[in-house]
Amino acid sequence: MAIQSPSLDLTAGAGTGVRLTPVAITRGYWQSVARRLRRDPVTLVCGVVLLLVVASALAAPWLGLSDPYKTSMIRRLYPIGSPNFLLGTDELGRDMFSRLIYGGRLSLFMGVTPVVLALLIGGFLGITAGFLGGRVNMLIMRIMDVFYAFPSVLLAISLSGAMGAGAENTLLALTLVFIPPICRVSESVTTQVRGFDFVEAARASGAGTLTIVRVHVLGNVLGPILVYATSLISVAIILAAGLSFLGLGVKPPEPEWGLMLNTLRQAIYVNPVLAALPGVMIFITSICFNLMSDGLRAAMDVKA
Amino acid sequence: MDSVLSVDRGGPAQPLLLAKNLRKHFPIPGGLLGRATRVVRAVDDLTLSVAKGETLGVVGESGCGKSTVARLLMRLIKPDRGTMILDGDPVDEPHGITVNELRRHVQMVFQDSYASLNPRLTIVETLAFAPKAHGLPHAEARGRSRDLLAKVGLEPDTFADRYPHELSGGQRQRVNIARALALRPRLVILDEAVSALDKSVEAQVLNMLVDLKDEFGLTYVFISHDLNVVQYLSDRVLVMYLGKIVEIGDVEAIYGKPQHPYTRALLSARPTMDPRRRTQEAPIQGDPPNPIDPPSGCRFRTRCPFAESVCAGTEPVLADTGKQSVACLMYVPGSGHSKAA
Repeated sequence: MAIQSPSLDLTAGAGTGVRLTPVAITRGYWQSVARRLRRDPVTLVCGVVLLLVVASALAAPWLGLSDPYKTSMIRRLYPIGSPNFLLGTDELGRDMFSRLIYGGRLSLFMGVTPVVLALLIGGFLGITAGFLGGRVNMLIMRIMDVFYAFPSVLLAISLSGAMGAGAENTLLALTLVFIPPICRVSESVTTQVRGFDFVEAARASGAGTLTIVRVHVLGNVLGPILVYATSLISVAIILAAGLSFLGLGVKPPEPEWGLMLNTLRQAIYVNPVLAALPGVMIFITSICFNLMSDGLRAAMDVKA
Repeated sequence: MDSVLSVDRGGPAQPLLLAKNLRKHFPIPGGLLGRATRVVRAVDDLTLSVAKGETLGVVGESGCGKSTVARLLMRLIKPDRGTMILDGDPVDEPHGITVNELRRHVQMVFQDSYASLNPRLTIVETLAFAPKAHGLPHAEARGRSRDLLAKVGLEPDTFADRYPHELSGGQRQRVNIARALALRPRLVILDEAVSALDKSVEAQVLNMLVDLKDEFGLTYVFISHDLNVVQYLSDRVLVMYLGKIVEIGDVEAIYGKPQHPYTRALLSARPTMDPRRRTQEAPIQGDPPNPIDPPSGCRFRTRCPFAESVCAGTEPVLADTGKQSVACLMYVPGSGHSKAA
């Protein structure tokens, strides 16, 4: 049976030995996502900046930086551009550049880990609620609504306050804060996908629930959920910094951007630019995560 | 994969599928604590049989329950009441076959060709999914999928590794048909399967459906609102109104001598190409009543030009009138209707 479509030319070409490569045809989903990303300069720049921040934080011990813990009473609060101290020194005479790079380790860790943990737990709960619907959905989502009743900052502060200061408790508190929003997004995307005829058709083929979720649901919901989680990383970094600022997170003398912002507070009249530097790092990192998640969402939109 | 059920068991005279008193009412959440206080009576006590090898056309207005019937026959939704028998085997009953076994022999093609294909799977992955879920090895499932692609007129080398958005509407619907055939079913339910296609593609797909039916020995339930297409394809036709069958019979009888006032109104509302055969009958008035609260007695009486007071009190049941069965008091002797014998 003949079908009227341009593809006939392609098969004809292949038959005569002329190998036509149907570029626009065999391209997979992720390849087209990558192609759209390459055409998006904002996302690319953000990605490069993030890569620099993450790589320098990871490689900090091998970069030949000066000791971020070494204090000196005589060279406190050197201004930016001082010899040997590119970004000056803090209120205890420690090298700011070194502390900012090292600070990225904890700050990024505190930003990314809770989101990843919340993604696993909240994503599982949300997809379960969305796919099963009915009473299971009701139960899970109403519990999430209870957490939603509190503003996330207050929830994080009260959880950290109740469990005591320290990095582990901050991680735990932030994870709990991020489970409800991720769960809600996962639930709504899954509910939407579940309503499509191809899920109905899969049920009609007699496949089991787990197989249907694995083959037909996950592939269609993971993208949007991951994009949303990326945008939460910036919130997590800011929240973690805020908790440290309040004295509920990391304890001194650890270099961490939020904590540095706190301790440099007293120097704000002496050297305001210096005191703002950790804030600049938080700002750059979080805005890069946000813009990158926007770019990813646009690139992953099939209809774009 | 091919169980005993795949072969004909009861002989040609035994209906392939028998549905008795199927009923589906959808609750409308509302009232205090989301308790359902009212229901949509989507399908009400529907009894039908599908003979082996025939094409049963199902027609009716939007919202009359056609798609609910399709989903009930596939058990995608559970009926509130009623029984189904597949070639002698009761479905979902202790001594019968399971719903999963039913689904192996009854498959369905959906209307929306785009929404019914997973956008993240290639065509061959979509087609191989059901056979693999039923335990066919990977390579064999892919081989069968490529064969099926060829059967529905799509060159396997060109189309197997494409994604749904790279196909036209007609090509996608061919893939959907191939998917329905992947489990080698005996009955295929086509729910508005060609309605979204443009006329020339629709004609190609219809001809293909006829060819596939002969080749695979299929039986079709063809649901459509397009009366001409149903006439072309069907052996028997079932007319639905507000969740009930109003008339059922051979295609010649229904189209040649329609008896129920609703069938007559439907057929006369068909546009004709011949100016000399202008529509004479008055067109059907208004919209169908709300299925939440259908009229008492005969459900068509609110729009029926022959309605009398008796129609509000007595609910007509399907009665044999020779070539077809009609649910109308005008054809029930002694019913009290002035036109009844």
